[in-house]
Amino acid sequence: MKPPRFRYFAPTSVDEAVELLSTHADAAKVLAGGQSLVPMLNLRLARPEVLVDINRIESLSYLRVEDGHLAVGALARHRMVEKAPEVAARVPVLQEAVRHVGHVQIRNRGTVTGSIVHADPSAEMPAVLALLDGSVRVVGPSGTRDIPWQELFLTYFTTTLGPDELAVETRFPLPPAGAGWSFMEVARRHGDFALVAVAALVTADETGRVKEARLSLAGVGGTPVRPERAEALLAGQALEDDVLAAVADAVREAIEPESDIHASAEYRRHVAGVLAGRALRAAMERARRGGEG
Amino acid sequence: MALPIEPRPAQPGRVLGRVVRRKEDPRLITGTGSYVDDLRLPGMLHMAVVRSPHAHARITGIDTGRARSMPGVRAVITGEEVKDLCGPMPVGWSLQGLKAPVKYPLALDRVRHVGEAVAVVVAESPAAAADGAEAVQVGYEPLPAVTDPEAAMQDGSPLVWDDVPNNIAARFPLSGGDIEDAFRKADRVVKLRLVNQRLVPVPMEPRGVVAQAHPISGELTLWSSTQIPHILHALLPGLLNVPETRVRIVAPDVGGGFGCKLNLYAEEILAGALSLKLGRPVKWIERRSEHFMATIHGRDQINHVEAAVSGDGRILGIRARIIADIGAYHQLLTPAIPTFTPFMMSGVYAIPALDVEVIEVFTNKTPTDAYRGAGRPEATYLLERLVDTVARELGLDPVEVRRRNFIKADQFPYNTVSGLTYDSGDYEGALNKLLEKIDYEGFRRQQQEARQQGRLLGIGFSTYVEICGLAPSRIWGALGAGIGGWESATVRISPAGRVTVVTGTSPHGQGHQTSWSQIVAETLGVNYEDVEVLHGDTAVAPHGLDTYGSRSAAVGGTAVYMASVKLREKARRIAAHVLEATVDDVEFQVVDGQGRFHVKGAPQRHVTLAQVAAAAFTAHNLPDDVEPGMEATVFYDPTNFTYPFGAHACIVEVDPEDGRVKILRYVAVDDCGNVINPQLVEGQVHGGLAQGIAQALYEGVVYDEQGQLLTASLTDYAVPTAADLPSFETDRTVTPSPTNPLGVKGVGEAGTIGSTPCVVNAVIDALAHLGVRHIDMPLRPSRVWAAIQQAKASGGGQPA
Ligand SMILES: Cc1cc2nc3c(=O)[nH]c(=O)nc-3n(C[C@H](O)[C@H](O)[C@H](O)COP(=O)(O)OP(=O)(O)OC[C@H]3O[C@@H](n4cnc5c(N)ncnc54)[C@H](O)[C@@H]3O)c2cc1C
Repeated sequence: MKPPRFRYFAPTSVDEAVELLSTHADAAKVLAGGQSLVPMLNLRLARPEVLVDINRIESLSYLRVEDGHLAVGALARHRMVEKAPEVAARVPVLQEAVRHVGHVQIRNRGTVTGSIVHADPSAEMPAVLALLDGSVRVVGPSGTRDIPWQELFLTYFTTTLGPDELAVETRFPLPPAGAGWSFMEVARRHGDFALVAVAALVTADETGRVKEARLSLAGVGGTPVRPERAEALLAGQALEDDVLAAVADAVREAIEPESDIHASAEYRRHVAGVLAGRALRAAMERARRGGEG
Repeated sequence: MALPIEPRPAQPGRVLGRVVRRKEDPRLITGTGSYVDDLRLPGMLHMAVVRSPHAHARITGIDTGRARSMPGVRAVITGEEVKDLCGPMPVGWSLQGLKAPVKYPLALDRVRHVGEAVAVVVAESPAAAADGAEAVQVGYEPLPAVTDPEAAMQDGSPLVWDDVPNNIAARFPLSGGDIEDAFRKADRVVKLRLVNQRLVPVPMEPRGVVAQAHPISGELTLWSSTQIPHILHALLPGLLNVPETRVRIVAPDVGGGFGCKLNLYAEEILAGALSLKLGRPVKWIERRSEHFMATIHGRDQINHVEAAVSGDGRILGIRARIIADIGAYHQLLTPAIPTFTPFMMSGVYAIPALDVEVIEVFTNKTPTDAYRGAGRPEATYLLERLVDTVARELGLDPVEVRRRNFIKADQFPYNTVSGLTYDSGDYEGALNKLLEKIDYEGFRRQQQEARQQGRLLGIGFSTYVEICGLAPSRIWGALGAGIGGWESATVRISPAGRVTVVTGTSPHGQGHQTSWSQIVAETLGVNYEDVEVLHGDTAVAPHGLDTYGSRSAAVGGTAVYMASVKLREKARRIAAHVLEATVDDVEFQVVDGQGRFHVKGAPQRHVTLAQVAAAAFTAHNLPDDVEPGMEATVFYDPTNFTYPFGAHACIVEVDPEDGRVKILRYVAVDDCGNVINPQLVEGQVHGGLAQGIAQALYEGVVYDEQGQLLTASLTDYAVPTAADLPSFETDRTVTPSPTNPLGVKGVGEAGTIGSTPCVVNAVIDALAHLGVRHIDMPLRPSRVWAAIQQAKASGGGQPA
């Protein structure tokens, strides 16, 4: 085996898993789809003493639309979300975004919740969570709590989840009826993490002006970003060139991208503005058509 | 004995020249192939390698105590013991004045690149070996590293080897014609500086080796994922001090090589040495992350080019200085590869003068060596970027400039200014066929219209020639090769009339079982299905020089063909005896797919090849001067190289806002001489195009200034997938090679060689009116965008 030695537990209930986590705390890691954790183990970049494999907790494998939310159980794979008719019908922006996660093989194993709590700032799922003002439901020794996205992401690969807490569900509030949406990204290759990704949600009034617009970005800093000033600029506006130019500037101001071997910070900053404009137009187009695909 | 061999015609025969199902596929597609890692031997140990985390450091001490005491660990070897176990790594090429520092499979007192092997641990399981390797404690005292070859040549640069001044391993000059005169006559001098970036080969199957020494007899069998079992057989016995007659090398199914398995690696030597020492089989399988740092890299040249050009776009001469960053030491053919570039630098053009100097420079990086194309893609990139730049600077059409400079179809055989003799070609013919497919004028109109709407379309061309069929042994030797260039084949007919072919080539994806079967089935008149091809095992195929440099069809395939003809001639003599006719009166013919001999003018008086084979085995009634058995062996040494060529076009759209390049069309017209199997040719072209486009747009090794490798995984090193590539449109012209009787040239590298400059030319064509003159590869979105910004800022553009 390539990874360092670890002890392995495969609990069959949430309680059992939480108990294991509280016993081993910092020494333990949850294993969900393994699409991020296993490569890190194999490269020996992660060295947990204990793995708590949650794949046998069947009760966590679900998708439900309930009280204005899409509730995604911690064992719902990316592919399950991608294929679910209720996601296509009620949260199409999530369906579009999930298609950008890796390749089919990855999506067959990887989980949406795992992707979110893994908190890779270039990942698509956290950006959608932010766009929809969603939260993650976690269970720990002291009970259940919902962590809104604003309180969840701290920085690169870091969340406020305690080491003894298990994320059991991701909760995406349903977008308002008739909202237009868009998800766009620039990546080096098909299936790569985003260099920059932008998700947009727009509701329009009868005259074709923006009622409410939301933007969410990935790949532009340590956490997903909602550029509030840019969103505020859009309220009541038609998407004219000058409005979009101002929005693009506001988006660029809201982010702190870094340079790496794939793209410079300047490029990411620039493209964030470009994609914001494109995503807003596409979302508005859908809003005008009443929010359909 | 010289054989009377008539050239085979270009037209498809019964089996030869046609699409037949690949014999390799049922096994490979169903996952029932047998790769090195599938090998599990009783008592087998596993090896793990401790590698340097530093680009350059002195080893102050190695503590192996903890590792040795770990469960399952059987041996730990460091640089201190390595000299007792094996000889230093051989360099298989010599150049005048070459500095070839002695390098052992493990670092002795200094490490010179990230990933260099420092120690190995052998244990009962891969996990125990990995844990043991982690427990080896190496003390390092970091030294300043040098990663930029131009900086490495400066006085005062850190030295990779203390006794190699300015880090210069070799200077290789090549010139022809009167270069001074060319520049005197020039109306214009066009200059370029090009970086041909470093690449990682990344075959699907990484490297791997299993060595099994017999504990009593000391016989050694070594399975390796290699392209060169025979060359390993020539080298390893001496390094391990075992008689070569007791060494057997096997290349089982090999999942791609692209040149990186044309080498002798430290791990192969160490696995062999440790198996001999411990008397147990030793296995090592390369991890993907090791592949990025411990397998050779390709390319990595900086080209300073100057062309003397006449006002009408004719290139009168080229001057170039090629700085080749060869990494930290020589692997098997490291010194050779950059020297192939100047030989091919006049390309498809009648360029009268050339003056090139190649400077090979050591740096603190992984060594470079052969990677698909090996020196020729660099030449083609340089030349095709140059031709486009000449056209642009003179305001001429790039197609027209190519036409004006082409070697004409009636000039073959053509002696190039670099000293080669091109066998055959019709460069304009390939270009014309390409142009028929793309509606060039229509595209130029479309491009203009698109610009009015702010859209950026571009077209790029590349007309290339390459050199294959390595190699006439005498020339090979004169150039510096440590080996010959011939190939061998044995063809054998069983008493029941089935055929076995033993080839010295060593396929690793090419499909030699298929193509050699086609050659033999056609020549002997037997069923394609009734031919077996054996290869890649020195116990079965003792003679050969393996597969690289697109040599197999032209040299190995020719040997197979000649051995078939030789055997047929023997059969004819036996047939004449049986038919009671003179040999000259007996003819060979294939009737209903079955080979038979009949008396001229009397087809009813015949014997089948199968009957002759049976007669040869019973030997009851053979002519006095004919030996029993039905087997013929040929060693074929070619008289010249072969020169495939082609013309490619690429149409791209560049997004002006985010810098993304989308290939809208890729059209390739290639000429590899006669075709053995159109589908195999197509497969080679497609894969080659993918790899060439990968260099243009996606791939590139990045080291930081301290020599840390930043592209050490498939996440960061962007090998494109099918989803990132266009659907290719391919076609061909057929200009047979006069060098061999099959008329074949080779096609393994053509796609890679032709495509890289074609894509870059297309992108520059899309951006030139904005003032962008050149962008170094890979043309990733951020670079393209930055180039557009820079051109805008300097106001370099012309109106649309
Ligand atoms: C080739 C490849 C390409 C990829 N491309 C993309 C891409 O383009 N975009 C993208 O977003 N991702 C990509 N991924 C990553 C993939 O999406 C992962 O599935 C995802 O990041 C993690 O989900 P997982 O279920 O596999 O989590 P795991 O790998 O099992 O776990 C990841 C981390 O989250 C923790 N964790 C997981 N579940 C829980 C839980 N319920 N409670 C508490 N902690 C938990 C684990 O302890 C671990 O630290 C790619 C992966 C690969 C291998």
